[in-house]
Amino acid sequence: MMLRVDVSKRLGEFTVEAYFASEGRVTGLFGASGAGKTSLINMIAGLLRPDRGVISIDGETLDDTPTRTHLAVYRRRIGYVFQDARLFPHLDVRKNLDYGRRMNRLTEDGALWRRVTELLDIGHLLDRRPGKLSGGERQRVALGRALLSQPRLLLMDEPLGSLDEERKEEILPYLIRLRDEAGIPMVYVSHDAAEMRKLATQIAIIQRGRVTAFGGNEVLPAAHTPA
Amino acid sequence: MFDISSTEWTAVLLSLRVATVATLVATPLGIAVGWLLARREFWGKSLLDAAIHLPLVLPPVVTGYLLLLTFGRRGVVGAWLADHLGLVFAFRWTGAALACGIMSFPLLVRPIRLSIEAVDRRLEQAAATLGAAPWQVFLTVTLPLALSGVLAGMVLGFAKALGEFGATITFVSNIPGETQTISSAIYALIQTPDGDAAALRLVVVSVVISMAALIASEWFARRALLRLHGN
Repeated sequence: MMLRVDVSKRLGEFTVEAYFASEGRVTGLFGASGAGKTSLINMIAGLLRPDRGVISIDGETLDDTPTRTHLAVYRRRIGYVFQDARLFPHLDVRKNLDYGRRMNRLTEDGALWRRVTELLDIGHLLDRRPGKLSGGERQRVALGRALLSQPRLLLMDEPLGSLDEERKEEILPYLIRLRDEAGIPMVYVSHDAAEMRKLATQIAIIQRGRVTAFGGNEVLPAAHTPA
Repeated sequence: MFDISSTEWTAVLLSLRVATVATLVATPLGIAVGWLLARREFWGKSLLDAAIHLPLVLPPVVTGYLLLLTFGRRGVVGAWLADHLGLVFAFRWTGAALACGIMSFPLLVRPIRLSIEAVDRRLEQAAATLGAAPWQVFLTVTLPLALSGVLAGMVLGFAKALGEFGATITFVSNIPGETQTISSAIYALIQTPDGDAAALRLVVVSVVISMAALIASEWFARRALLRLHGN
């Protein structure tokens, strides 16, 4: 997978102006909160339209401002795990998980369903409503829902951000398994250097809307120093 | 006291039919307009909003007369509909339904608009990232989450349609069996010597129907809430 992002977007008091090209299984976007990481992946998802620039996956153009190309969000096949899960409150877990398949009119894939529910350990939650789940369970279901829509790229915006330390430790192994077993490339946003070290294969450092460094783990600040 | 005569029954059944048809036809339109007002910015939005609320502040007689001018046999729209679709409103129960639908429209739209505004747009975004086209997002996320508002709007609109008087009597008159609803029947009975008992019977009937509608709306709203939060 080759993801190319070269965009600029004016956002209130500052401008996101970012360029990177990544082939990594997990591309990390690392930076302090307010640095523009979320705006950047919202542009990849198509939720935000760049003022200028190009976004492409494997040579397919998603955004290209000179030709006014802007592929609609629902046509991009890019999964998104939000910090706040965003499960549908009126549907039980089973229907939440099945939502992407139904919307894309994909045939049922029992093997994939079993693999994802086992990988994330959510088989016992299927009949519950999101309101009856713990924060960690909710995030696992959100992850499963995104995976089962069979995206070609998975975006994760601080998926551990709203969880306490203990819950983070609970979810992190699932994310590592996902990276190693699911075969779906990911873009992972976080301000936590430890998470980045454990998960990302390539890292872009984002500061005030700009990519200031790109590479492997070595671009991260030394351990225990905040960004 | 409680022998309801056949003319009174006719008025009651006609009222129910008029209000039901008015509500059922107005609801899809109310949902569309409620969504437009809640979710879209467009030129003339405040004009549309004002036009919808106009029947609420205009004297009902004025609305009825305007309906007569446009939808009457010789009105621009009325003549066209009669010639091309065979649809006649003037002095028919269908005209009563039209008048009731327009008069109750602002009450129908308002709760729908508010409940659509209250739907978390981030859920709609999540649905789009899962591959749902805008119409699918609307049908599977927005509408189910706004259901309590839709039902509340329908009940309010129905209740208003049931009691509508001024616009209806101006537009379609007061013809027993065709356009004489509960309200116009009561009005006619009050003006008739010895009509008091019959008028009172209809008053009781309309109180009972209105109470039932309010209780039903409360019940629907509670069920919708349960659907949203918890099992």
